[in-house]
Amino acid sequence: MRVMAQMAMVMNLDKCIGCHTCSVTCKQAWTNRTGTEYVWFNNVETRPGLGYPRRYEDQEEWQGGWVRKSNGRLALKAGGRVKKLLNIFSNPKMPSIDDYYEPWTYDYETLINAPQQQNFPVARPMSLISGKPMNVSWSANWDDDLGGAHEYAPKDPMLKGIEDKVKFEFEQTFMFYLPRICEHCLNPSCMASCPSGAIYKRAEDGIVLVDQEKCRGWRMCISGCPYKKIYFNHKTGKAEKCTFCYPRIEVGIPTVCSETCVGRLRYIGLMLYDADAVLGAASVENDTDLYAAQRNVFLDPEDPAVRQAAERAGIPADWIDAARRSPVKKLILDYQVALPLHPEYRTMPMVWYIPPLSPVVDVIKDTGHDAEDQGNLFAAIDTLRIPVEYLANLFTAGDVAPVEGVLKKLAAMRSFMRDINLGNDPNAEIAGSVGMSAEAMYEMFRLLAIAKYADRY
Amino acid sequence: MDMFREAKQKYGDPVLAYASIVQDPEKAKAYKSARGKGGLVRSTWDEVVDLVAAAHVYTVKRWGPDRIAGFSPIPAMSPVSYSSGARFLELIGAPMLSFYDWYADLPNASPQMFGDQTDVPESGDWWDAGYLMMWGSNVPLTRTPDAHWMTEARYRGQKVIAIAPDYAENVKFADEWVTCAPGQDGALAMAMGHVVLKEFFADKQVPFFVDYNQQYTDLPFLISLQDNGDGTFALGKNLVAGDLDIPEKDSENAMWKPAVFDRRGGQIAIPNGTLGDRYGDEGLGKWNLQLGDLDPALSLYDVRDDTALVAFPRFDSVDGNVTYESRGVPIKRIGGHVVTTVLDLLLAQYAVGREGLPGTWPASYDDDTIAGTPAWQEQFTSVPAAQVTRLAREWGQNAIDTEGRGMILMGAGTNHWYHSDQIYRTMLVLTTITGCQGRNGGGWGHYVGQEKVRPIMGFQHMAFALDWHRPPRHMNQTAYWYVNASQYRYDTFTADELDSGTGIFAGKGVMDLLALSVRLGWSPSYPTFTRSSLTLADEAEAAGMAPADYVVAQLKSGELKFAIEDPEAEENHPRILSLWRSNLFGSSAKGNEYFLKHLLGTDHALSAHEADPGTRPAGIVWPEKAAEAKLDLLTTLDFRMTSSTLFSDVVLPAATWYEKHDLSTTDMHPFVHSFNPAIAPPWQSKTDWETWKAIAKRFSELAVDHLGVRKDVVAKPLWHDTPEAMATVHGAVKDWRTGEVEPIPGKTLPVLAVAERDYPATYDKMTSIGPLMEKVGMLTKGVSYDVKREIGILRQRNGTATTGAGAGQPRLETDIHVADAILHLSGTTNGHLATHGFKNVEKRTGTELHDLSAEHEGKQITFADTQIQPIPVITSPEWSGSESGGRRYAPFTINIERHKPFHTLTGRQQFYLDHDWMIGMGEALPIYRPPLNMTRLFGETPIGEQNELGVSVRYLTPHNKWSIHSEYQDNLFMLSLSRGGQTIWMSDVDAAKVGIKDNDWIEAVNRNGVVAARAIVSHRMPEGTVYMHHAQDRLIDVPLTERDKKRGGIHNSLTRILIKPSHIIGGYAQFAYFFNYIGPTGNNRDEVTMIRRRTNQKVEY
Repeated sequence: MRVMAQMAMVMNLDKCIGCHTCSVTCKQAWTNRTGTEYVWFNNVETRPGLGYPRRYEDQEEWQGGWVRKSNGRLALKAGGRVKKLLNIFSNPKMPSIDDYYEPWTYDYETLINAPQQQNFPVARPMSLISGKPMNVSWSANWDDDLGGAHEYAPKDPMLKGIEDKVKFEFEQTFMFYLPRICEHCLNPSCMASCPSGAIYKRAEDGIVLVDQEKCRGWRMCISGCPYKKIYFNHKTGKAEKCTFCYPRIEVGIPTVCSETCVGRLRYIGLMLYDADAVLGAASVENDTDLYAAQRNVFLDPEDPAVRQAAERAGIPADWIDAARRSPVKKLILDYQVALPLHPEYRTMPMVWYIPPLSPVVDVIKDTGHDAEDQGNLFAAIDTLRIPVEYLANLFTAGDVAPVEGVLKKLAAMRSFMRDINLGNDPNAEIAGSVGMSAEAMYEMFRLLAIAKYADRY
Repeated sequence: MDMFREAKQKYGDPVLAYASIVQDPEKAKAYKSARGKGGLVRSTWDEVVDLVAAAHVYTVKRWGPDRIAGFSPIPAMSPVSYSSGARFLELIGAPMLSFYDWYADLPNASPQMFGDQTDVPESGDWWDAGYLMMWGSNVPLTRTPDAHWMTEARYRGQKVIAIAPDYAENVKFADEWVTCAPGQDGALAMAMGHVVLKEFFADKQVPFFVDYNQQYTDLPFLISLQDNGDGTFALGKNLVAGDLDIPEKDSENAMWKPAVFDRRGGQIAIPNGTLGDRYGDEGLGKWNLQLGDLDPALSLYDVRDDTALVAFPRFDSVDGNVTYESRGVPIKRIGGHVVTTVLDLLLAQYAVGREGLPGTWPASYDDDTIAGTPAWQEQFTSVPAAQVTRLAREWGQNAIDTEGRGMILMGAGTNHWYHSDQIYRTMLVLTTITGCQGRNGGGWGHYVGQEKVRPIMGFQHMAFALDWHRPPRHMNQTAYWYVNASQYRYDTFTADELDSGTGIFAGKGVMDLLALSVRLGWSPSYPTFTRSSLTLADEAEAAGMAPADYVVAQLKSGELKFAIEDPEAEENHPRILSLWRSNLFGSSAKGNEYFLKHLLGTDHALSAHEADPGTRPAGIVWPEKAAEAKLDLLTTLDFRMTSSTLFSDVVLPAATWYEKHDLSTTDMHPFVHSFNPAIAPPWQSKTDWETWKAIAKRFSELAVDHLGVRKDVVAKPLWHDTPEAMATVHGAVKDWRTGEVEPIPGKTLPVLAVAERDYPATYDKMTSIGPLMEKVGMLTKGVSYDVKREIGILRQRNGTATTGAGAGQPRLETDIHVADAILHLSGTTNGHLATHGFKNVEKRTGTELHDLSAEHEGKQITFADTQIQPIPVITSPEWSGSESGGRRYAPFTINIERHKPFHTLTGRQQFYLDHDWMIGMGEALPIYRPPLNMTRLFGETPIGEQNELGVSVRYLTPHNKWSIHSEYQDNLFMLSLSRGGQTIWMSDVDAAKVGIKDNDWIEAVNRNGVVAARAIVSHRMPEGTVYMHHAQDRLIDVPLTERDKKRGGIHNSLTRILIKPSHIIGGYAQFAYFFNYIGPTGNNRDEVTMIRRRTNQKVEY
């Protein structure tokens, strides 16, 4: 056992309101510079939708992440060192600016300086790449709130295999928001892709960073990252990425995106894990086993043996305490309501998500059943507006069972709390039906619903 | 500017220089027709302040002070900045224009039903609800910082329903999506009301509901029915003490004491707490909601003498016309009156039958022929009847289970319609009859522009300079622009459309009704008279008469008229408009193109026709050609270029929130916050307070030669929360113009007051607190306060002025001085004042109230306190809810828990509104009224039809995801996260009909104007409706239109003002005017447009 500590995040998608405050404050703080105009370390996607950059999840196209070879060993999907060196000057698997978007500004000054003229002055969009007037035809969030979705969303890679279940028609509409930052993976394929060794994972907290001195601008990391969360600064010619706001984290304050999260859906905490177990877990045979495998890599800081090992590994006492208090640990390990994004990329991502509940379909409303009824609770999950298969494609490599398990826990919590809300005695059977104690269910409720600042970070 | 510089060279005096330009038709035309077309010239503060001040001096002198106006909205988020220009303008006698009604955010149902402007729960109280319906309120989008309360409350087992025509952002969070067609919410609410009334009131009685309605609503009050002579009866008036042969007949205010039937005594009774108890000596100690031994009958069913068939209107026919349907109600005959209760009428209106009552009743919920049933609503809303029935049952049961913790968040989606007062009343039936109002976690949450100035009292007195002059000039902005942007000229609304066949408006149009409302003193109107209000005072003095008497005599003889009766005459035009913290032309100006033509005189895209002689108002002077370019000077203070600065004659650089000191409060949070400068105002920018001080200073200097001390005749409408609200007995309308009554100021005419304007002292007055505070005290919402103590404290805190008109008075020189004055002069921030106010109310109610604020009696929140952290406010008589003990704010909890009456005729939450006009319009009771039929009214293409101009669709302008009202649509980050310019959302089905693809350039055209935008096509939009988000400022990436080859319009280029007569009723109980309290809304949702793909996708700029 080799204990290491990792800063991790959980986002409760059930609470995300799609306001993009995280994106804007992150951009203000980190990428409000020449060379990074098109860069959003944090972005929020409307799903179903194409994401940013477009269709980044299609690894057949982009070749990001790892693959498990027939011999059971992991290899970069984009190929090994030799193939990389051959392609080093013409990396073919990199999104073009059109896959992100062509950034622009406006000739705002016209509004003040326009001479007397025939028509009311107007500020036109000007390309930040070419400096010329342009036609805006794509942006960092073009399909926000399903804009143009019937045209674009069918190309959402996550719809593969469930095309017949999702219709882009008014009555069947559904959507949710997916905020994304760098995953700060335990097994980062970006790091492995870098020919210069410029990308490193900090030993003390697992934050993945690019050494700007060492970076030579080969951009292999951009291809290697299946989440497309490393960006090329076209002014400096170097790669840049989300830093998990380490200057803030180091002084004990949350990341900018979390601090400013209006929906209060982000949780930050420390996870302890066994570094020796990472490669094995990332190499399990079936994609659908990766979620459980990654959970098994984590170490329970309540276990005295783990704490002793952590101490021996040089992890400070207050860090070990932090791991015990970690809200992220509770959501991932204790309540098991948080899931990794795309475990099938085998990078062992460390930003996890609680999948969203959503309105039940019209079937329920027409028959006059009440989805709140305890008896009806789980039947309602089967008829959710968001197909469980879609969520499973995002979080569990297509295995619907864990996603259903989470949604049932959330639904059971609502039913359990309704009794308390009405002044009735709590019904422990409801908690029991999803394998939780009444006490744990109440604690989970506090963490998800009261969600005070001090409890989230 | 060049002209002004030249003229100043020539004349020396800036006032003469300004006069030489505006009086010269050629020069005036030259600069007015160039408005908005570039060519801005840089100036200096001294020069431009000289120009603005001179313009004000000139206009006061030449036309009178009420030809000047100011507009700054939503003071809650910066009351000091609001106060800057407001205080200056009110000091010189210029009106401030309202915003809440103008934005169409004011729900008139609130004054109608609660006698209150609006009072809502803070967002933290959503958490307390057991059942939450978001109805036309897109919480994550418009209440972004607070949305987490909603998402989190679900985890407590709260059931959440979203009612929205599109798959809106909030639908994602709801247990159920109710896809109600746009504008049909009244039908949905009525059907839910039908189920609740049937199952919880008719089929059985629920003690919790019975008790609540007996005490807190007008359901037990008696209504006289009028015999139609054909075997049916018509709805009549509230039976009052003065109508009856009972002991209270001769009591004070007997005509203002509505009656109930007491089951215990078996006779008529007058309960405590009606309007008659609110004023006069006899009511002292009796204005409360305690029933004592009374047991008011909610229904006369069990004690009826007989039944009577009553004719009830319905408006659901295909052509939108009224039809009548007769249903029986139980009656008693009392002293020659045939009476029934409001509940009996409501049951009949909602078609809830009971055994033995005659008339047309539905056979079951599935009967779709009778208005009110779940099956009936389905044909308008497309919501399944079964779903409606179940939701209504759940709603009723939840109210019982939780003792009133059911909440409806209502939003612009239901509130911006012409008939939204009716939509809201049908929704408020649900929250009120089930005992949810006045509860934590219950009742209505109206969240549309209702931002609440918690320290309202101090704010009002400082902003409107009530420390120097009373009354202020307050104008409702909707009527202001309806008249002054000449929009009335295009209005073809006639009596037939308005009066539901009763003939009460026969031969009249909306403009006639507005003129009547003005001359009876119901609505404010500025410019008021056809002569300057200063001239009238001079003339009165010359005639040796008191000004009020002189004006009455002149009006009676016809020598003097109201300006509204001749709005196109040059002496009646508005001359100066100043905007600060406001983007009128980018945001709220309904009928934007009418403004451009008639107010500004620049390019416009209007193609509407003026009313033909048959549909013109009868009582208004109608010159062949309407005036254009009425306004002489448009000034805007802003920190960015907007659609308003673009058209302005003068643009002044303003400090942002983070460059000045100010206060901020909202109704969503129980705190008062401060704004503090992170940096000093950069470059040449100034805070609003310093800018207006500079203008006031120069104005005062120029006034020495040009104005001096003048007397000003101020006409003020009959105010709510004063005895003036008892002007119209039984709400029976009588016009002095036709000789039905005498013109009496304060009764059948506006109040006519005289203010002495010492114009050279304007600056001194602006920068010190005037003597009226100590002499007269303060009055807010009918409660009076002695503030000698507070003024004394402010003398110490702010220091005193040493010279001039304000010598010895507390100083008001800095923004912090103003902030502290506001905080000291409000009960919400001064515990002593709150307690003092409650003690005054106690004398009237005879019940204990002052304990509510006693826990904070020694607490005084200062500006310095708010700079350290947001400070929770104190329970105060200024508001209807209690925050004592740290509870969450919910409205009306003081009314319910402490039995303080509502400010209505009955003192209760009032469903039945018996004013002549309400009955005449068929709206005495809550009722479904569909959206206006724009095809029939204005000849627009019917929705769904296609022709060479594209497809006709309903045109809605909801809030933009990232620019509520005017702010920051032009922000590059937000534009990069969306589509980068003006867009219109439309359904993929509509788009396919006319070949529109996502991001295509499209053109939307109706009689009001033309919009050039890009299409966002999405299946989350319903067929037949498009959204053009509000306030997308036309100055970002808007090309020339294909039709006109002119700059494309803004969202309001396709709208125009439509005034609903019931909003301009006044002088009658809760139908009495107050600023932003009641008034015609700038509603805009009933509009339709043609939309098409532009032939040439290569657009020109």
